[in-house]
Amino acid sequence: MTRAEDQLTPFEDEIVSPTGPEGGEARESESALQLILRTFLENKLAILGLGLVVAMAIFCFIGPLLYHTNQVATTYQINLPPGKGHPLGTDENGRDVLGRLMVGGQSSLEIGIAVAIIATVFGVLWGAIAGYIGGKLDSVMMRIVDVFLSIPSLFLLIFLAAAFTPNMTILILILSFISWLSPSRLVRGEALSLRVREYVKAVKIMGGGPTRIVVRHIIPNTIGTIAVNATFQIADAILVLATLSYLGLGLPPPAASWGEMLSNGVNYIYDGYWWLIYPAGFAIIITVIAFNFIGDALRDSLEVRLQKR
Amino acid sequence: MTRYLIRRTIQSLIVILGVSIIAFLLQHIIPGGEARALLGPRATQVQINAFNQQNGLNQPVYIQYFLYLDHLVHGNLGRSYKLNEPVTSVLKQDMPKSILLVGSALILSIFVAIPVGVIQAVRRNRALDYVGTGVSFFLYSMPTFWAGQIVILIFAEKLNLFPAEAPQGSTIGQILSQPSGLVLPIVTLALITYASFSRYMRSSAIEALAQDWIRTAKAKGLSNKAILLRHMLRNALIPIATLVGLSIPGVFTAGLVTEQVFNFPGTGLDFYNAAVSRDFPLLLGIILIVSVATVIGNLLADIAYAVLDPRVRYA
Repeated sequence: MTRAEDQLTPFEDEIVSPTGPEGGEARESESALQLILRTFLENKLAILGLGLVVAMAIFCFIGPLLYHTNQVATTYQINLPPGKGHPLGTDENGRDVLGRLMVGGQSSLEIGIAVAIIATVFGVLWGAIAGYIGGKLDSVMMRIVDVFLSIPSLFLLIFLAAAFTPNMTILILILSFISWLSPSRLVRGEALSLRVREYVKAVKIMGGGPTRIVVRHIIPNTIGTIAVNATFQIADAILVLATLSYLGLGLPPPAASWGEMLSNGVNYIYDGYWWLIYPAGFAIIITVIAFNFIGDALRDSLEVRLQKR
Repeated sequence: MTRYLIRRTIQSLIVILGVSIIAFLLQHIIPGGEARALLGPRATQVQINAFNQQNGLNQPVYIQYFLYLDHLVHGNLGRSYKLNEPVTSVLKQDMPKSILLVGSALILSIFVAIPVGVIQAVRRNRALDYVGTGVSFFLYSMPTFWAGQIVILIFAEKLNLFPAEAPQGSTIGQILSQPSGLVLPIVTLALITYASFSRYMRSSAIEALAQDWIRTAKAKGLSNKAILLRHMLRNALIPIATLVGLSIPGVFTAGLVTEQVFNFPGTGLDFYNAAVSRDFPLLLGIILIVSVATVIGNLLADIAYAVLDPRVRYA
């Protein structure tokens, strides 16, 4: 089970989340935001996670500006161990591993973040509409989510990746296609409890239409849940992308991603070419763990806010 | 209880019907259509028309769906292009092997996760707990295929304890006759599954430890062992029933990769091979079966939950 799905509690239909944040038009009061920020920053793991993500982003996006390598052309200097000129050696096509780690990280991070954004936006809208309108529409929309949740995601992904030849855009779209389900369920649960709040009734009486209520009141009040889920989505997408690369359904060559580097490197596991395996492998592990730390800390600090209310 | 059971069963049936609609629709999003996928890029329009005519693909979509549903009900999932075999006979042969793999890994990981989770909860925020959490985070963040390769490297290559390849054979009996080959695939899958189970077990146990009846039991002077086994564990186990149900699609997913790594002759490997050769009827057949298995697994888990926790029944 992925981290993003973790948040789904059993018996979603029976239990309506009682602890949605309160408030009118969602403009956080200064103190609440400060409280969240303070609790978040007091969490050592959160700082560690944030630091790791920032460091990784600098490494991948600023790094290539300082450390120039050619990641397209192949050379005959293949599988060189780390040494002069190549701090992390070269891969089976004679490309510099350190440089490739940077470029590969770019696509891994970009795809992860893009998937999280698309899946979250779509899922949140879906869930908020279903939860706010309720009734038959809600049942139909949520059964659709149930159906997609029952299809093991990797199977659906592999099918889609086999049907459509993957490139970066298609990969982002098909990864989003399987990732919007958990945010939609979470937000729907909260929307169910938010729609009967006084301030929503007040907006209705003042003549606010459903679009205004959903976009200006329901969604902003679920922002905590959404943010936590989105962090896990990034981590999950990076992991799934690695698996797809291993199955040969990732980005087409010569594009690099950590998953592609790791799955190529694993072929040399018995030759002792550790520099083809560990840099990419640990880049994945560190990034995934870092995003999980951030998500966990974010959830804890939001809970603290609710407790201190 | 009966009403709850009936309601949940009807819900599951609706979801299964929904899954069949999705599987049917997936057939239609194949670029170029099924005819093009099967006959190849050089097929002429005449051949494609003939294929569509023969397979009823020129009829309105809803009639096609009812035909498809009719075939499903009669146990006809189409024919694999590549293996030239009915999809059902491929599934009949390979599904039991996959269930063996996934089931044993699931049981193994639960049996490890429960005691570890309880120990972590009791020793909360101490060194041992941090180590346990660290290990599960690490395993969780590790791509399955890499974990499998490391398991092979250590236990097959370096220590030479178990074979690196899964047992080969078409029947489950042949697989079971070579149990040593089963060890590494099951261990790999169990490690991955354990990563999410142990975190759950830990938080579930922590929650159970904070309940009033634990304090009462302590006040009565019960020994720690009695409190843990009789009062805490039983309550902490309830969410695990649901967790097992919810984790079934995830375990199938990890199972697919594990089968690929160890060349385990199950449905996951069939699925991977079918994806490589773009064998769409087999892909869709497996998607359908695995999804139905997931729905049934969820249903069973919910029933177990209702049996274990009376509060759910009367909610």
